[in-house]
Amino acid sequence: MKTLKETACGETVRVKKLTGEGPVKRRIMDMGITKGVDIFVRKVAPLGDPVEVTVRGYELSLRKADAEMIEVE
Amino acid sequence: MSIKIALAGNPNCGKTTLFNALTGSNQFVGNWPGVTVEKKEGKLKGDKEVIIMDLPGIYSLSPYTLEEVVARNYLISERPDAILNIVDGTNIERNLYLSTQLMELGIPVIMAVNMIDVLEKTGEKIHIDKLSKRLGCEVVEISALKGTKTMEAAQKAVELAKRKNANIPVHEFTPEAEAVIQAVEEKLGLDIPVEQKRFFAIKLLEKDEKIQSQMKTVPDVSKEIKQMEEEFDDDTESIITNERYVFISSIINECCTKNKTKKLNTSDKIDQIVTNRWLAIPIFAAIMFIVYYVSVTTVGTWATDWANDGVFGDGWNLFGIEAVHVPGVPALIEAGLTAIGCADWLQGLILDGIVAGVGAVLGFVPQMLVLFIFLAFLEACGYMARVAFIMDRIFRKFGLSGKSFIPMLIGSGCGVPGIMASRTIENDRDRKMTIMTTTFIPCGAKLPIIALIAGALFNGAWWVAPSAYFVGIAAIICSGIILKKTKMFSGDPAPFVMELPAYHMPTVGNILRSMWERGYSFIKKAGTIILLSTIVLWFLMSFGFVDGQFRMLDTLELNDSILAAAGGAIAWIFKPLGWGNWKFAVAAVTGLIAKENVVGTFGVLFGFAEVADNGSEIWGSLAQSLTMVSAYSFLVFNLLCAPCFAAMGAIKREMNNAKWFWFAVGYQTLLAYVAALCVYQIGNLITTGSFGLGTVVAFLLIIGFVYLLVRQSGTNKVSNVEVKKVANAK
Repeated sequence: MKTLKETACGETVRVKKLTGEGPVKRRIMDMGITKGVDIFVRKVAPLGDPVEVTVRGYELSLRKADAEMIEVE
Repeated sequence: MSIKIALAGNPNCGKTTLFNALTGSNQFVGNWPGVTVEKKEGKLKGDKEVIIMDLPGIYSLSPYTLEEVVARNYLISERPDAILNIVDGTNIERNLYLSTQLMELGIPVIMAVNMIDVLEKTGEKIHIDKLSKRLGCEVVEISALKGTKTMEAAQKAVELAKRKNANIPVHEFTPEAEAVIQAVEEKLGLDIPVEQKRFFAIKLLEKDEKIQSQMKTVPDVSKEIKQMEEEFDDDTESIITNERYVFISSIINECCTKNKTKKLNTSDKIDQIVTNRWLAIPIFAAIMFIVYYVSVTTVGTWATDWANDGVFGDGWNLFGIEAVHVPGVPALIEAGLTAIGCADWLQGLILDGIVAGVGAVLGFVPQMLVLFIFLAFLEACGYMARVAFIMDRIFRKFGLSGKSFIPMLIGSGCGVPGIMASRTIENDRDRKMTIMTTTFIPCGAKLPIIALIAGALFNGAWWVAPSAYFVGIAAIICSGIILKKTKMFSGDPAPFVMELPAYHMPTVGNILRSMWERGYSFIKKAGTIILLSTIVLWFLMSFGFVDGQFRMLDTLELNDSILAAAGGAIAWIFKPLGWGNWKFAVAAVTGLIAKENVVGTFGVLFGFAEVADNGSEIWGSLAQSLTMVSAYSFLVFNLLCAPCFAAMGAIKREMNNAKWFWFAVGYQTLLAYVAALCVYQIGNLITTGSFGLGTVVAFLLIIGFVYLLVRQSGTNKVSNVEVKKVANAK
């Protein structure tokens, strides 16, 4: 199962499912990462974490630990 | 009858700019998410009957963040007459997500699509008529920054509020979801008005406990939840969120024409460079260097010297011309007091107590204002969010935020602006942790103490000063790790899911407004808590019994003061640290006014009227009463313990909570005590081989400390009991 964490820079993926629960999941979904949305992985921070993605037309940064909760294809 | 209008919208959508435009009030505008933590009120320009309420910027009405809970509690219980929902037109998809939630509250809503000027430039268009029809509320286009149609939006909101027509949500989810919501709505009690039924039904489905506790009767909806979760194969909270976005996606193409050409805009180009994999850190370092160099070492130092030595000192020369000498405040006041024949003691209180004490604190203000200009600029242009992005990896290990770097860097110049700089950290826990640990970094005023100890006991050894910084950094790291695991800081980890706003050039007005607001909040503090503390300490230092007579003392008679007596009484506390002499206790206490006072106090106590900055006159006397180990212990204690009154005032201001203030100061002092004790006891064991009860305690403390460092976080009660046992055993 591929997650957003493993997605390489410059790749565009579609969200398949969100695992996890509670505040973190709700927050990620509130920010627009929901089933079926396209995510473009823009870049990784200089120290390797977090990552910056484009979703629904804006820039969002999230940690790799949280990106792991997002299953993509 | 006044009309209340609430401004609601995402962080960074221009809400605060609009608030300022409508009310003309002094409200800071930033460019990172979460700038408004408190709700603020203002009266509409030209209509005093209308109160505008600025709610915190929020993404959702979920129960998970402080800002969201504050905003929705206000909306549910205070029920403003209308909501003016501000939507960032350049980021409309995500902004509409909050709108769909606001529509359900049963409060009249009007939508203002902001940044219309930016949209025009990029060639995008939002069809407000269609948007209005699909969402069931009036929509206007505005530009808060340029002031386009802002008043018109406010007037429409006022009209809407007067009509009192509750907003009926017209957006719909999929038929399956709607059926379940319908079923729950029917179960709701009669105490809930029709227009709010959808809101409460959805909150019940989302299993929102905070809302449930506010309801008089809570119907059992577990069947509906189960049915929905089975049908959609997800939890209800996620299903509802999903449904909202599905609805938005379904109307977005119809409601706005996007610019299809994917050209990189200026913001993207800037970002490509400043957060580039290789360039980001050098650029970051360069920016930090400039901020530090200007606000701490150059302009900041001139400003502080001018304020401390000039305005609150011997006076200064206008434009550097010697002929135009402006006397300092003390001289002016002294002349005034002498002219009216003021009593000596009162003159002493006013000059040596109040003017000197508050002046020492106010002297930092010019430097702080310089720093605040930088911070406001970094925030408003959008770089601050990138700082968090770049530094997050390092700092989150210690329970700090990537943005903690700036307070700590500034703290190495002066702790007061350092603590104030923690304002830029939006997460409550990260901010508190930063406030508590920032003053561990040796500030400029602690350098004379370091120089004194290094010169008197270590022959000016090169490693003393760097080791002081090392002690400070170690204290920050260890504190972060330990505190992160305590109850006060534990709980759900705050997800680092942060918007990176587009770069833009901030307006001069905004920056100056931010600078002044922050500076002023500090000045106010200097007038209260700091004033009081300095008066008390002045009294203790200037009065005492001489030959059985209570009277005011001369500067060189500090030995006879109440403070000296008190110092003698508490000196035993410092005995295990190796400097249980009252002189050291008194010096440490006077360090609370300003840390460099420690050196001056030694001067007085050892019988010198004036000493140099590094106290070279008293090196000999000091070397006689201390060993290398006890001197280092004294140094460590003074580096880590409660900072000066000015910094404590800043901590009080930023914590905004007495309990947290005392916790912070108490923790710092306790840590300082423990660290100094271990330094002295173990240092003594190594240098002289003396082993005693103190050595055992030191080892126990170290074991306890290491345990606190390595124990699992989210500890259960068992380990807490163990900690208590360890503490009792000592």
